[in-house]
Amino acid sequence: MILDAKIPAGPLAEKWSKHKFNLKLVNPANKRKYNVIVVGTGLAGASAAASLAELGYNVTAFCFQDSPRRAHSIAAQGGINAAKNYRNDGDSVYRLFYDTIKGGDYRAREGNVYRLAEVSVNIIDQCVAQGVPFAREYGGLLDNRSFGGAQVSRTFYARGQTGQQLLLGAYSALNRQIHEGKVKMYTRTEMLDVVVVDGKAQGIVTRNLVTGAIETHAGHAVLLATGGYGNVFYLSTNAMGCNVTAAWRAHKRGAFFANPCYTQIHPTCIPVTGDHQSKLTLMSESLRNDGRVWAPKTVELAQKLRKGELKVTDLKEEDRDYFLERKYPSFGNLVPRDVASRNAKEVVDEGKGVGASGVAVYLDFAESIARLGEDTVRAKYGNLFDMYYQITDEDPYKVPMRIYPAVHYTMGGLWVDYNLMTTLPGLYCLGEANFSDHGANRLGASALMQGLADGYFVVPYTVGDYLATIGPKPIDTTHPAFAQTKKDVEDRIQQLIALKGTKTVDEYHRELGHIMWEYCGMARSAEGLNKAKGLIAQLKVDFWKNAIVLGENEEFNSSLEKAGRVADFIELGALMIEDALNRTESCGGHFRVESQTEEGEALRDDEHFAYVAAWEYTGEDKPEVLNKEPLVFENVKLTQRSYK
Amino acid sequence: MNLTLKVWRQKNASTKGAFVTYKADGISADMSFLEMLDVVNEGLIHKGEDPIHFDHDCREGICGMCSLYINGQPHGPKRAITTCQLHMRTFHDGQTITIEPWRAGPFPVIKDLAVDRSAFDRIQRAGGYISVNTGGVPDANEIAISKVLADEAFNSATCIGCGACVAACKNASAMLFVSAKISQFALLPQGQPERYNRAMAMVEQMDKEGFGSCTNTGACEAECPKEISLTNIGRMNRDYFTAKFLKEEEEHKS
Ligand SMILES: Cc1cc2nc3c(=O)[nH]c(=O)nc-3n(C[C@H](O)[C@H](O)[C@H](O)COP(=O)(O)OP(=O)(O)OC[C@H]3O[C@@H](n4cnc5c(N)ncnc54)[C@H](O)[C@@H]3O)c2cc1C
Ligand code: SF4
Ligand code: FES
Repeated sequence: MILDAKIPAGPLAEKWSKHKFNLKLVNPANKRKYNVIVVGTGLAGASAAASLAELGYNVTAFCFQDSPRRAHSIAAQGGINAAKNYRNDGDSVYRLFYDTIKGGDYRAREGNVYRLAEVSVNIIDQCVAQGVPFAREYGGLLDNRSFGGAQVSRTFYARGQTGQQLLLGAYSALNRQIHEGKVKMYTRTEMLDVVVVDGKAQGIVTRNLVTGAIETHAGHAVLLATGGYGNVFYLSTNAMGCNVTAAWRAHKRGAFFANPCYTQIHPTCIPVTGDHQSKLTLMSESLRNDGRVWAPKTVELAQKLRKGELKVTDLKEEDRDYFLERKYPSFGNLVPRDVASRNAKEVVDEGKGVGASGVAVYLDFAESIARLGEDTVRAKYGNLFDMYYQITDEDPYKVPMRIYPAVHYTMGGLWVDYNLMTTLPGLYCLGEANFSDHGANRLGASALMQGLADGYFVVPYTVGDYLATIGPKPIDTTHPAFAQTKKDVEDRIQQLIALKGTKTVDEYHRELGHIMWEYCGMARSAEGLNKAKGLIAQLKVDFWKNAIVLGENEEFNSSLEKAGRVADFIELGALMIEDALNRTESCGGHFRVESQTEEGEALRDDEHFAYVAAWEYTGEDKPEVLNKEPLVFENVKLTQRSYK
Repeated sequence: MNLTLKVWRQKNASTKGAFVTYKADGISADMSFLEMLDVVNEGLIHKGEDPIHFDHDCREGICGMCSLYINGQPHGPKRAITTCQLHMRTFHDGQTITIEPWRAGPFPVIKDLAVDRSAFDRIQRAGGYISVNTGGVPDANEIAISKVLADEAFNSATCIGCGACVAACKNASAMLFVSAKISQFALLPQGQPERYNRAMAMVEQMDKEGFGSCTNTGACEAECPKEISLTNIGRMNRDYFTAKFLKEEEEHKS
């Protein structure tokens, strides 16, 4: 199949304005005749649902938590980027565009990324108008900070809880539309399938998580804003409920899945303590602005530290290896996430890791505390230090933090064109769930920006164009495709309920996570990936024989809920391995050990891999077909990233 | 360590619940409270018994989904944290821990330890917003806001909507929550145009949901994981009475 990304022609800076002009408009009197389904009400979904309802469309929205305010977006700490150039430090739309393309290791579309940078400025205006309490300076204007290695200060933040404040803003806009009767909100409801009528997405099948009721809903268009799939690794910084089910079900109905192997491993998370661990906690990237990353110089010293024979504070300065500062003198501790993570792994693999498990490195604030004073450090990072103390029982003002990388974000997702439409007509995908703007690696503070750009400023225009094309003919659930899809969902639930084996769903999930982390984590090789392929195939067979799923459908059944999600994760895992095997180059978060420079840095292969890998589902247990969307760079020159 | 748990089990909203006792053995001090429950649940599932149902999601104290009344305290014995941030090192070997759902009329139990908090959403839908549409808003820096006010609004905005304040209150009052939401907007210039209508609408919805009144005991403030202060309630009352007064003026005129 030829993948047409529908990127408008013309100069980069004019693409979006021209495109907006060329998009068809829906007659205002007709808008109320359309129903749009929005699945997911995190930043991307809540902003889209509210904006579409404001325009006059009827919206039906869904989330699996008990309130839209609890979507995983709530957990974002650090901030949101925007090319406001309020600091007069040389930022611009073009610079944000350039940084994002480069940061993504030249694996994203120029057109999409430029648009993202362009609308970023509107997001901040919108949020402030809604009452989002961003950090301010004494003069009363907004404060900014530099984040994740950016050379300019373009990150807006709200203490350590930017995500919660932005989501509360979008949630309030959504609430207003619910109040006005333009949005019907279903909470504790999970989408389990897409209904396709005459080749177009025209509805969904859902399960009420409390009663088990399976229902169908019809709409002229369906928007998925269901978040990322980092929990395929079992342990990640994502919330417990994050899952791939909505996107995966859509994939099986015809939406291609793009670049599934692009995952972001965040360098600064609290290390794992044991098998009971259910999730990992992120320590905001902003800590690297003042913290110094190091490990003991020798394996012997590391061993002594691990056994407690030596105290970390007693380690002499010359016995410490500030490895990021040593290897990357110009960026130091502020190298991009993938580089920082890989270096921590390298140190640990060499046996120089610290902590009881030996799987951690230090993030040290002693120098900053000496330079700035403890009060200043407390004012900047107090809540993060408290959080660390709460979890580890160690005081980071006195001893360095122990950190280790953890899965954090998924750049891959459903393939979408410039209009954010998937390969299934009428089905759109927004936010972390799509693959679009971050290439092979996402810059810090850019996910919140993308979610809100998609929801507030892109999809309200592009969906209108599609709706105007198909016309306002009423759509309801009487078409036989609804009954058939509902039956498919019910059959699958019965298959799951029938599983009365010997292993819990969590045990399968943990096993899947081990396989993915070991072979498809920070470093990947053909050998390891091939091994993982076999292991996952076995795991899938075993799951459908030996898993334990308790209870029945007609009740609040967490066991059933999880089982459905883990079954989908296992299939996604297999596709991620396939994608990672295919991409024999290293790029961004995807590091193939076979493809590195002499200095051990990621080595891209632009000649063979400057494309988006979009996978097409062809049937149960059949190999997926690879479709390639070539990436064309008209404005930036592809260079090997270097942070030396 | 080895613990005894007394857990409230209730199949659904329409059946009666009861305490059931479980053993939680081999619990590590590094586990979080919810991870301890995960371990107990894994054991139950292996025995073919229905796992204990509890709400949770982010597990880092920000989504407000987790709840639990632990030994008579919402979010357990430690101050200023949520249940998901509570670690087992707070407990000692051999201890008995009683775990109940939030108990409040407007928060009916759905199953075991999970309750229905949709009343909170309905209160916010009644007026917890600033009526601006997407697009057409002024540049963010056209509105200067004094840092003191912005910081105070922020303090109110940190509420995570968990409902511990209601659970802690003998009257099941939702004043702390509602006042935090009202204050955030009332303190900011963007919130002024609708300030009094908002207070009126949200308070009326709160009363409609059946939350009790405030008798200034302060239990809510003491148990709030985000340390939302009682000052907010004062601010809300002032705005609410002003709103009523304005409305009466309006009625006199007509
Ligand atoms: C700890 C942490 C910190 C972060 N910090 C930052 C930061 O500082 N800056 C930044 O830019 N980014 C940050 N990120 C990334 C960013 O938060 C996310 O990428 C972003 O919020 C995702 O938003 P979303 O709207 O796409 O999805 P989500 O917020 O995950 O929302 C998904 C929605 O879909 C619903 N849903 C999912 N599946 C279904 C289904 N089957 N049926 C019905 N509903 C469903 C959920 O209920 C939810 O409403 C952070 C991420 C983490 C984990
Ligand atoms: S005021 Fe405090 S206790 Fe009440 S809902 Fe908000 S955060 Fe929870
Ligand atoms: S699970 Fe999110 S606050 Fe506890």
